[in-house]
Amino acid sequence: MWNGIKVIVFALLVLGAAMAANFGRDLAFQVHAIIVAAVAGYMLIKTIAAIGDKPKPKPTGYMDDVIRWGVIATVFWGLAGFSVGAWIAFELAFPDLNFGVSYITFGRLRPVHTSAVIFAFGGNALISTSFYVVQRTTAARLFGGNLAKFVFWGYQLFIVLAASGYLMGATQSKEYAEPEWYVDIWLTIVWVAYLVVFLGTIYRRKEPHIYVANWFYLAFIVTIALLHLVNNMAIPVSFLGSKSVGLFSGVQDAMTQWWYGHNAVGFFLTAGFLGMMYYFVPKQANRPIYSYKLSIIHFWALIFLYIWAGPHHLHYTALPDWAQTLGMVMSIILWMPSWGGMINGLMTLSGAWDKLRTDPVLRIMVVSIGFYGMSTFEGPMMAIKTVNALSHYTDWTIGHVHSGALGWNGMITFGALYFLVPKLWGRERLYSLKLVNWHFWLATIGIVLYAASMWVSGIMEGLMWREVDAQGFLVNSFADTVSAKFPMYVVRGIGGLLYLTGACIMAWNLWKTAIGAGQTAPAAAVPAE
Amino acid sequence: MYTFLRMLADSWGMLSMLLIFLGIIVWAFRPGTKKLYKDISDIPFRNDEFKGDDNG
Repeated sequence: MWNGIKVIVFALLVLGAAMAANFGRDLAFQVHAIIVAAVAGYMLIKTIAAIGDKPKPKPTGYMDDVIRWGVIATVFWGLAGFSVGAWIAFELAFPDLNFGVSYITFGRLRPVHTSAVIFAFGGNALISTSFYVVQRTTAARLFGGNLAKFVFWGYQLFIVLAASGYLMGATQSKEYAEPEWYVDIWLTIVWVAYLVVFLGTIYRRKEPHIYVANWFYLAFIVTIALLHLVNNMAIPVSFLGSKSVGLFSGVQDAMTQWWYGHNAVGFFLTAGFLGMMYYFVPKQANRPIYSYKLSIIHFWALIFLYIWAGPHHLHYTALPDWAQTLGMVMSIILWMPSWGGMINGLMTLSGAWDKLRTDPVLRIMVVSIGFYGMSTFEGPMMAIKTVNALSHYTDWTIGHVHSGALGWNGMITFGALYFLVPKLWGRERLYSLKLVNWHFWLATIGIVLYAASMWVSGIMEGLMWREVDAQGFLVNSFADTVSAKFPMYVVRGIGGLLYLTGACIMAWNLWKTAIGAGQTAPAAAVPAE
Repeated sequence: MYTFLRMLADSWGMLSMLLIFLGIIVWAFRPGTKKLYKDISDIPFRNDEFKGDDNG
């Protein structure tokens, strides 16, 4: 019965998508319709092939299969996103690198890079670690059976549709919310399923209390749902085309966008990754978190404050002055909970600092917390109006974002991956700690080159833009700043290459670990799914 | 509508959020939590192996 319904639904989907591909108004929509038809066709065949099979025995234990897939996807999208990033860094230094092909111009590859690293690499890291952490801190199997698989594969489909759409020019032109209307609707469905899996697992927990990491993950899931729904309110021009028109306009549109944008930083890149910190740092250090009380205050202060900080993206614009000042003040207050969290993470090592000498994985985690502290100090400072007058629209902002993204999000994810792969594939230890060490230094030096060159470039550019002569005329043209930034752009590209090289070493190391190379004892059995 | 919401946000809305926040902070510091927090912060260390029985 159930299989029959599935066959009908998938068959209708194949037919509908094929018709959409035929009647589609633009290339992106047609290509996406073909992708959807192919996926639905695959599911149709799979369903038909499974008809008549004996029902499988009820699975037991933690559901780790989907997490293993998530780890593989995290590494894959990480390498893809870092590669595109390094490529467009060099496109900025040497514009001829786009070879005059529209698909690989900076304007189209840039959202591919940002979405690949934030939503594909970061998103898969968050989904897979949250599935791991919520099971290990509630002592319960993931809720919803195959729903977790749907979340994972549905999210991959979202990534493919989003990224391929950018290359073909389908974009809402909202930073970090570029996917067009039908991709947004699909993500909404996947995200609700994610919430159901996560909440359902918490609901049937065996531990009476909900460990703090789950609070952060839950805040991330709920808030991203809210942000996504509000900022993507749009009306499609045609149900057979990718173009849509947003419901907001003018300064309301700008404020909604940066309410979304800053809270994507606050709840995707901060709260979610703090969930990772609160589980993996104690596990790797083998010590409980420094202060559980502080973690409660950290959580609620972050939740109450972050949501107001968005207007600092709109200093000196048409946004009312009071809103700009509110955004500035809230951003500065936000410094306190951020550093509370940093102290909590770092002090978890108090009395065990010697572990940093012998454990490069822990070192990666500690450096990531250090970068969290640094960028959450730099951010509030840049939100001050007078500082922002110099820094806004310059490379300083890009440097700031990358010290947070490469330093904090990237490094804590690497740490979590090094922790997870031996556990998930039933290995005693990593293939090579020496390679972890190489990764650590390549990544750290890469970030330092990136951040330092962007500070120099950004402050120079800001000063050049505001320089006036004795008569009050601007001294520099825009092109003057572009040519002055060339050396810093090359250094930035090299920093990115170092970071990418480190990630390639990690991928190799994790691969060798997963297949069981270099293990001293015979591998323990992979836990049954 | 806008004027009303704006007025609400400036007064009771702001006050209630502030009080809820301060209430949570005070609640986190209530006496006698030392043992409880110690127990919760040990959660990650006792569930590496699956011990449950029912799997819905």
